[in-house]
Amino acid sequence: MADINDILETLGMIKDECLDIRTITMGISLYDCMGDSVDSICSRVYDKIMTRAGNLVKTGEDIEKEYGIPIINKRVSVTPISLLCGRLNSDGAVAIAKTLDRAAKELGVNFIGGYSALVQKGFSDGSRALIQSIPEALTVTDRVCSSVNVASTKAGINMDAVAQMGRIIKETAANTMDRSAIGCAKLVVFSNVPEDNPFMAGAFHGSGEPETVINVGVSGPGVVASAIRRAGSCDLTQIAETIKKTAFKITRMGQLVAGVASERLGVPFGIVDLSLAPTPAIGDSVAEILESIGLEKCGCPGTTAALAMLNDAVKKGGVMASSHVGGLSGAFIPLSEDAGMIEAARCGALSIEKLEAMTAVCSVGLDMIAIPGDTTAEVISGIIADEIAIGVVNNKTTAVRLIPVGKTGETVSFGGLLGEAPVIPVSRYSPGTMIHRGGRIPAPLQSLRN
Amino acid sequence: MRAVVSVVGRDAVGIIAQVSNECAVCGVNILDISQTVLQDYFTMIMITDIDKINIPFTEFVDRMSALGREKNLEIRAMHEDIFNSMHRI
Repeated sequence: MADINDILETLGMIKDECLDIRTITMGISLYDCMGDSVDSICSRVYDKIMTRAGNLVKTGEDIEKEYGIPIINKRVSVTPISLLCGRLNSDGAVAIAKTLDRAAKELGVNFIGGYSALVQKGFSDGSRALIQSIPEALTVTDRVCSSVNVASTKAGINMDAVAQMGRIIKETAANTMDRSAIGCAKLVVFSNVPEDNPFMAGAFHGSGEPETVINVGVSGPGVVASAIRRAGSCDLTQIAETIKKTAFKITRMGQLVAGVASERLGVPFGIVDLSLAPTPAIGDSVAEILESIGLEKCGCPGTTAALAMLNDAVKKGGVMASSHVGGLSGAFIPLSEDAGMIEAARCGALSIEKLEAMTAVCSVGLDMIAIPGDTTAEVISGIIADEIAIGVVNNKTTAVRLIPVGKTGETVSFGGLLGEAPVIPVSRYSPGTMIHRGGRIPAPLQSLRN
Repeated sequence: MRAVVSVVGRDAVGIIAQVSNECAVCGVNILDISQTVLQDYFTMIMITDIDKINIPFTEFVDRMSALGREKNLEIRAMHEDIFNSMHRI
């Protein structure tokens, strides 16, 4: 039996340090929902999701209550919808998006992921239809999340897709401008996308996954920051050790919840995603961890090194705590969802260029960043290309979730966990000629690595 | 199966009696009690056996929270596995 100090430590983490399970995500295969007509596909998709995930929310709530650990989100991810769109046009794809939205609302899940396409080497007809439909799909739905994988280390970068996604993001922003361009907050462009990620907006159920699966994302930036503060004036070796031990405890909790959820739902356990996922709440910030290590402000020189150490220590501590680790696994730095990041961007300590450098050493990428609404599609594509190149060359996942809205210095609010973001400036100079060349950037060499 | 009941709040006469009474009504057997008072704040940790509980455990959790609200205390009942998994390899 745990002793009283252990019990008090756990209670303190939950009560004062914002410890929670960020998400229980059920992955559901929709391969058996293919059909010749939009109506038959939609009806099969709806029935399958409702049948498989019918008890997800109730089970999550029961676990939350019995174990006393907050489970913030219960979500569903599905097979990339582009695989069902081979015989459809973009209107047909939008009809499936509406079906997903309806199922999500009836289940009570706050997001459903998988309105996705993988086009790292090129476009299938289904991918083309789906990508063209994204602006409308994200306008007429509330809970559907979309992602497009435009590159991988093995395939290189599909620059036609990068160019198109710049335009798609602009169009999505224009369509949802009356709601702070919220559509863009539900759209991610990836390289090396993981197929078992439980986090939104990038979750989908990959082709190698079982029929259904339970993946769990843990969190706990506040717990790590508090542990570092308690460690006092020790050296960085000791700080790394403290982060490892804390990550172990956080992940053990995730593993327990994943196992219980899997057993009660009769669905195999997939992975625990070892993540430090911030929320806009005070004391639940990755920037605060970096500052507690000793940075005056997140974004100042030394930030990339501190983040590299944090990310590595979280993985080292978490890996032993879980039987299967996967997904994105690492510290997230979504600007609008992290009170410390917002403050650092507001005071000028954190720029988009520094954020790009930080993404080279952590999960995931340029995430939830508001940029000026008049940024051109070519500049957005250029930012995507740069970020994706970091992932491709370093054999890691990177992603871009940009929201072009408002003017530099303004604050845009997205509500709830999506938070609010100061609009930060981007380069005025255009990569237009390069972007319009199209084609593919070949896969990088995997030896002679310097 | 065992559960941990934790009570945190301003010290007052009868806290243990009230929580114990609620446990007895629900068929929850108290195995061990540790308590401490830190700066006027009372902290009690109760280890309980819930094998013979006569209501669903989630309802017991609700009843404990409700008692806490009524007495201006924070009372949580949690399955012990959360502590074991976090602190034991």
